[in-house]
Amino acid sequence: MISIKNLHASVEGKEILKGLNLEVKPGEVHAIMGPNGSGKSTLASVLAGREDYEVTEGEVTFNGKNLIELSAEDRAREGLFLAFQYPIEIPGVSNINFLKTAINEIREYKGLDPIDPKQFLALVKEKQKLVELDGKLANRSVNEGFSGGEKKRNEIFQMAMLEPTLGILDETDSGLDIDALRIVANGVNKLRSPERSFIVVTHYQRLLDYIVPDYVHVLYNGRIVKTGPKELALELEEKGYDWIKSDAQNAAV
Amino acid sequence: MNVMTENKLTERILSGSEAKLVSLAGNASARKNALDEFRRMGVPTKRHEDYKYINPEGLFRLGEFMAKANVVRPVTSHDVEEMTIAPGAAKVVIVNGIFIPELSKLDRLPAGVTVKSIADAVVSDAIAKKYHSTIANDSSDAFIAWNTAMNESGVFIHIAKGATCNIPVHVVHIASNEAASTFHPRNLIVAEVDSSLNVIESFDSIGPVKTLTNVVTEVMVHKGAKLNHYRIQTEGDAAHQMNTTCVVAESGSNYCTYTFSFGGAWVRNNLNISFTQEHTESHLYGLYVTNGNRVVDNHTIVDHAIPNCMSNELYKGVVDGKSTAVFNGKIFVRRDAQKTNAYQTNRNILLSDDATVNTKPQLEIYADDVKCSHGTSTGRLDEDAMFYLRARGVGEASARKMLVRAFAEEVVNNVPDEAIKAYLDNRLNHLMS
Ligand SMILES: Nc1ncnc2c1ncn2[C@@H]1O[C@H](COP(=O)(O)OP(=O)(O)O)[C@@H](O)[C@H]1O
Ligand SMILES: [Mg+2]
Repeated sequence: MISIKNLHASVEGKEILKGLNLEVKPGEVHAIMGPNGSGKSTLASVLAGREDYEVTEGEVTFNGKNLIELSAEDRAREGLFLAFQYPIEIPGVSNINFLKTAINEIREYKGLDPIDPKQFLALVKEKQKLVELDGKLANRSVNEGFSGGEKKRNEIFQMAMLEPTLGILDETDSGLDIDALRIVANGVNKLRSPERSFIVVTHYQRLLDYIVPDYVHVLYNGRIVKTGPKELALELEEKGYDWIKSDAQNAAV
Repeated sequence: MNVMTENKLTERILSGSEAKLVSLAGNASARKNALDEFRRMGVPTKRHEDYKYINPEGLFRLGEFMAKANVVRPVTSHDVEEMTIAPGAAKVVIVNGIFIPELSKLDRLPAGVTVKSIADAVVSDAIAKKYHSTIANDSSDAFIAWNTAMNESGVFIHIAKGATCNIPVHVVHIASNEAASTFHPRNLIVAEVDSSLNVIESFDSIGPVKTLTNVVTEVMVHKGAKLNHYRIQTEGDAAHQMNTTCVVAESGSNYCTYTFSFGGAWVRNNLNISFTQEHTESHLYGLYVTNGNRVVDNHTIVDHAIPNCMSNELYKGVVDGKSTAVFNGKIFVRRDAQKTNAYQTNRNILLSDDATVNTKPQLEIYADDVKCSHGTSTGRLDEDAMFYLRARGVGEASARKMLVRAFAEEVVNNVPDEAIKAYLDNRLNHLMS
């Protein structure tokens, strides 16, 4: 699915990712945890193709293609989806029209005809239900006036509409109450399949009670410093990150 | 440009205009007085505060607009059809400043609405006589004076007390000539007490010949009248336009104006609104989309001379290529104008490094119990929004178009007429593809 080797990336001349390795196979769910500022969102942005971030070393292969060479839109068209940590509001751009354009441009990229409008509407209805998103919200401007929880649900709604092969969720759980968390997790679980993988960035183990990962990684100071089974998340919840930090520092000396 | 050549330029225009003056019908002494005003003021230059960003002196440098022979390039009813904005509208066609009855379509006008050539109206119509040349002041601007001296025709639109015109009156201005020339259409709109009217003025040009349209429109909005006044400018690259609209609005009236500048090499709009009675309301909307080497300049004045009036202004611009856009919004709130509400916003998106925006809100407030605000901004397309859209598979060009459309749509959404709105949406689609 995706293979990240020795990835180095900087923003404004400052190196944030410092030799990151990660291999995700089809159908797998990988959780990435780690203290604030360790580079989790940077990794997500670099993978999604944000141009402010410069890849200085390393390689990323996504479904056999060199990801780094692709534009942000082509990455999405190849099946990569990023659910943003902070989804922005775009006044005046209708959620639904924008999604229709996105779907049709993805289809065009794949050599398919535009989606049938009726089929599109049916899809909207179906996927709205999946994340219990109010129909009115789907018809409004992108995220405009949405609550924090609604924005996150809208991200998962869009993911469900675009049916990516790799979903990257950047702290989709933060700021959600337990009900919203369950809804979002449920939406993601329904999308799980042997062909679809997820990278779930989170601070809290509680999300991983619902979206059960195959692996848990700890990202610290721009590198994956520890990898373990799902139980690692519990251990981190209990012990915090300090023991990982000192281990990592010792290893670096 | 030094004073010598400035004077020369004014003199050259004057000599051309004087030569023509003798052949013009109407009140000869009024024309001569107006030309004297023009002489006194001269062609505005860079040093003239109100014209400093786009000094019109450049327009006349080569005397290009002063051809003596006014040879009309024929306009067909098909051409006029192509300029349709609201399919059901009554049409008044003005070619090179001359009202053309054969191309106009006025049979669907309801009772109470009069539309005729202003040249006739100022002779035969008491109301036209009463207001003509009283709202636009010759001594306030050289272009008004020049128009008063030189105008040959234009339209007089009158709606009777309490009447409602259920179809828009579309004034189709067309510049179409075989030789470079200047035209001076003169219009007068009078909305009587409690009447309701929609007027569209569109501006188009045909052919590659340089033209300057120096149009003056006077508007009288009586008590309780509702007037929506659209200015839709879609001229070609050889067309230049000096557009002056002067409005007097009485108590309880609501004058809404919508200016869409989508074409023309050089467009200057002077829009002056004065409230002469209390409880008057006015909304000013504008959208300019510029590219190439075009220049679009909107100067608006709202004069709150008396208490309890409300004005709200929103102008937005999408500025690309090497074009220049200027916005200057003056709001005067005079000492007696307590309880004034006056709001103004100007926002611009710059799509190119070579484009220029000059924006200047100018609020002069002399009353203390008022609510006034203004805001301006000029910036690039929002990078975060671009990335959000692209990260969902929308290509760069479509994403850009989506954001620019959303930006422009805020103005279009204020248009109450569905047909006009549909026209504008369609036009914007073409402009941005
Ligand atoms: N656009 C940016 N400009 C400057 N510094 C940035 C930018 N984005 C992230 N950083 C820095 O990179 C580091 C990692 O940030 P981030 O990837 O957001 O961490 P995390 O998501 O793990 O909390 C932080 O020190 C942050 O300040
Ligand atoms: Mg983060």
